Amino acid sequence: MKILEVVNAGRTVSRRSFIKGVIAAGATASATSYLFRGPASAFAAPPAHGAVERLMSLNVNGQQRRVDVLPHETLAMTLRYKLGLPGTKLGCDRAECGACTVLLDGTVHYACSILTHQVRGREVLTIEGLEAPDGTLHPVQEAVVDEAGFQCAFCAPGFIMAMVGMLNQNPNPTREEAARALSGNLCRCGDYNKILNSAMRAVEYTQQRV
Amino acid sequence: MGVVRDMMKPFELFQPTELDGALDLLSRHGSDAWILSGGMDTFDWLKDRAKQPSVVVDLGGVSELKGIEGTEDGIRIGAMASLTEVATHPEITSRYPLLAESAEKVATPQIRQQGTLGGNLCQDTRCWYYRSGWPCYRAGGNICYANTPTALNREHCVFEANRCVAVSPSDTAPALIALDARMTIRSRRSERTVEAEDFFLGPATDITRMTVLRPGELLTEIHVPQRWAGQSYYFEKVADRKAWDFALANVAATFQRQNGRIQDARICVGAVAAKPLRLRNVEAALRGQSVDNSLLEQVGELAVRNARPLRQNEYKVSLTRNLVKRAIRDART
Repeated sequence: MKILEVVNAGRTVSRRSFIKGVIAAGATASATSYLFRGPASAFAAPPAHGAVERLMSLNVNGQQRRVDVLPHETLAMTLRYKLGLPGTKLGCDRAECGACTVLLDGTVHYACSILTHQVRGREVLTIEGLEAPDGTLHPVQEAVVDEAGFQCAFCAPGFIMAMVGMLNQNPNPTREEAARALSGNLCRCGDYNKILNSAMRAVEYTQQRV
Repeated sequence: MGVVRDMMKPFELFQPTELDGALDLLSRHGSDAWILSGGMDTFDWLKDRAKQPSVVVDLGGVSELKGIEGTEDGIRIGAMASLTEVATHPEITSRYPLLAESAEKVATPQIRQQGTLGGNLCQDTRCWYYRSGWPCYRAGGNICYANTPTALNREHCVFEANRCVAVSPSDTAPALIALDARMTIRSRRSERTVEAEDFFLGPATDITRMTVLRPGELLTEIHVPQRWAGQSYYFEKVADRKAWDFALANVAATFQRQNGRIQDARICVGAVAAKPLRLRNVEAALRGQSVDNSLLEQVGELAVRNARPLRQNEYKVSLTRNLVKRAIRDART
């Protein structure tokens, strides 16, 4: 349809911008088919009797979000591409690197390796939900800022969520326990020492705030 | 365009809330159905599209499969209990620390929160040729890519190879075999119980399955008897990394001692054969003996007598020998 519009407006559009428009329209179409690839039935056909309904309500960062979720969609995909929460990163997409770590009912999980339909009824907390409504940072975030814990910080949201999850389980960890609690996350800059410094400062800040 | 490696092929997803409903679905869809518990093994297969089930049955809503409780004779663990629950449950840490330690050694905090005990036991092998979708023996073909002159087989088996050289990756399986656990298996029509040791299959028995589970069947619960509760035990996992990694070899052992002598013992090694390997000859050699260096040397040799290493994994022979010796020497109460 976009192409048709361009053609109709052809008199005022240069040949170059016409081609650009066609390319852009094609790219949009192919990107969508890449994300939701598979037979058209994935969109059109109703689910088999007893199979899950695609429309669901998801509790994310304290809000009930209505969202249309494919049966084979992972939580990371839903958060990033449907709910506008790209703070949850996709690194390996294979439960190896921890960049997608989120909290489900307060415990750490890899969002790349759980179906969104599996978290129905559970509380999802992402990096976007950590700060207070007035913008005050979470003690763990403050600790990370004060310690300059990360270099490139691609892994930071995952590490920060893992730290929050750790403090939920064990409010007073030793440095060694913290290393173990954060062992499900990788940092390719190799900032592990600074990250552990941040974790230990986060313990301190959390105790001060209580 | 390259191979799609992040979006799974579409499937119908079922989320039964009762065990009967789940068994019904599995029986109706047979080998088209994929059982999803924690998903930590599942999603690799589906994202790589090496397996493309048309139906996925998510067991997350089936409450009968969850929970851990003490029984008259031991403890019952639902197959859907998470590895974190197994590692931290007070009944398990106090009476079966061997099992708790083995679950604690699995992967990472995130994976233990989501991965289940049943999933850890039923997971498929990690052989990368097989998992990459190559048509090997295990996948129904007629070649083993891991046992050729140029194959990368540092992490493959040293015992009981039979065409296939893959290994059992589970850390909790050797612990459950050492504790003489029993597995309850249900299908729509039947229920059966098998000993943990007989739950796993080697390639000589069936080259395409890791366990005795047939399509339509489900591991529902694990029962650990009182017999070995509180006895001295040992667990060790050797892996390239301290976290996340699968074992290069692991050992789980329990000992009943009296007056400084070993009355009875159960020892199992994992990640060195296609199934967790119970070392009956070592157990027999230990009965009635008191532990000294010559006994350790003797049973260490006994443990690896049938080892047949591949090109790159000869180290697993001495690793297994030393793990067995260490288990007997350093067992804790």
